[in-house]
Amino acid sequence: MKYIIKKIIGLIITLLIVSILAFFAFEVIPGDPARTILGTEATESKVQALREEMGLNRPLTERYVQWGKDFLTGDMGISYFYQIPVREMIGDKLPITVAMTVLAFCFTLLLSVPVSILSVRYENHFFDRMFLILNQVTMSIPPFFIGIIFTVIFGLVFRWFTPGGYVSYTESMSGFLSYLILPSLAIALPRAAMTTKMLRNSLIAEMHQDYVRTAYSRGNSPWRVLLCHAFRNGIVPVVTFLGMAVADMIANSIVVEHVFGIPGIGRTLIGSISKRDYPVVEAIIVLIAVVTLVMNTLVDLLYHRLDKRIEV
Amino acid sequence: MKRKITSCNFILGAVITVFMLALILLGFVWTPYDPEAMQGSLKLQPPSLLHIFGTDQFGRDILSRVLSGAGSTLLIALGTILMGGIAGILVGAFTGYFGGWLDEGLMRVNDAVAAFPSVLLALVIITLLGPGTYKVMLALGIAFIPSFARIVRGEFLRLREADYVTSTRLIGVSTPRILFVHMLPNILPALLSALAIGFNNAVLAEASMSYLGIGVQPPDASLGRMLSESQTYLAGGPWCAIFPGAFLVLLILGVGLLGEGILDQFGGGR
Repeated sequence: MKYIIKKIIGLIITLLIVSILAFFAFEVIPGDPARTILGTEATESKVQALREEMGLNRPLTERYVQWGKDFLTGDMGISYFYQIPVREMIGDKLPITVAMTVLAFCFTLLLSVPVSILSVRYENHFFDRMFLILNQVTMSIPPFFIGIIFTVIFGLVFRWFTPGGYVSYTESMSGFLSYLILPSLAIALPRAAMTTKMLRNSLIAEMHQDYVRTAYSRGNSPWRVLLCHAFRNGIVPVVTFLGMAVADMIANSIVVEHVFGIPGIGRTLIGSISKRDYPVVEAIIVLIAVVTLVMNTLVDLLYHRLDKRIEV
Repeated sequence: MKRKITSCNFILGAVITVFMLALILLGFVWTPYDPEAMQGSLKLQPPSLLHIFGTDQFGRDILSRVLSGAGSTLLIALGTILMGGIAGILVGAFTGYFGGWLDEGLMRVNDAVAAFPSVLLALVIITLLGPGTYKVMLALGIAFIPSFARIVRGEFLRLREADYVTSTRLIGVSTPRILFVHMLPNILPALLSALAIGFNNAVLAEASMSYLGIGVQPPDASLGRMLSESQTYLAGGPWCAIFPGAFLVLLILGVGLLGEGILDQFGGGR
């Protein structure tokens, strides 16, 4: 319980630092937001009036507190470019990116767990060796390049899907999910390869422990020892890695969305960066950081549950 | 003491890395064709003896473009790990060696910065600075400081109480000298393998950013942008995508293996 409280306090402090960094990073940008919105033609008095209305004339700390309060209640400011609330801009795109990341995470687990168990069971077998090489190569392929390869193979050669033929989830849920399979797989593959490598090494280390020998001597079958004894301990160090992988998957989904023409949050982010639409960029970045930090804390807590000795 | 090189990862990684680096360095002084020269009659030619990697939608030689694009990728990646590495070593060495409230505070900020995936952090910095080769380098360099600092800090923390450190302290060696002359060489294997991982992440991040159109800007060539341009012509010329991508994969594979090999070979059984 003490551990959980300590972790949550740590999370809050880190979130505060993130928000301060994000807020001030976008404060130091040269240029006046009021003038950006009104354009260069606007008169000085109009700009001053808007500055007053936006609260830009108030002290920095006061504005930070106001910004933080607004953000917590879901008010993320107004887009400079489209003049609509940021929340409306990203609200319907968020589920797409979340669905993709969740799918990618599931694929990572579904691929890496069985494969690493098989590879430990048949350690040093010919297939294990072949597989290790394949694994190392898979780890080195950028997700967006996997996306392009998928487009060539499954879109152009086999014609299993139409590249760019994204189906909205409001139209058809099954069409939406099936269009997301390949992009999520593209994000998941390199991560799954890394996870497999870690899990394999960790499982092999466990298989040399004394308790495994004891389990064998009591007449357990090799499969039972691996699955019921070694796996439970071997998965522990991999959990942290999976927690960090979530952040990476979100970042990669931004690029992979572009490959498959999916109108998720990544598209909005990149578009806003090119248009210098700061409130949108700021909101998306802070959202991603919050998700990442919360995920990492949850993973730490899970880690603690799995292995009570950890107290850092 | 000389040790026999036994790690497969190290040998294979070194071979691939040296080969790829030699190709890229060659690209700085010589390419088969001018990377920018367009030949209207040779649009989207499949690979042949004249154009080993084929030609793109403007009839430009893909091999020449891959080599010159990889050149800017290499510059950015090296600049990134140089910048991130030096700053990371400084921050990590002092916080790890001294500890205390400075360490606590800096590591909190470090955690906060590390919460952003490094590509995203680089994107924010690009938003503030605008795109371009040197700005990408700066953005990635800053984005990579936390990860290096964390690793270096851990190593210095581990060695802080080592006997040789205590002895040098007792005979009155100055602190910077202890940190950088006595301790730094001892963390080299960990540092080098972290730099190899950082190099790969930088290559990946640069390629992703250029792919999205906010990294290296024309006329500078870039593998990421080649991949993004090739997507329109995937049906007519898949080689426009395959070769730049495969080049990236080989570079990342080589350096990744090398980084692991350094740990296997010189990590001292850790």
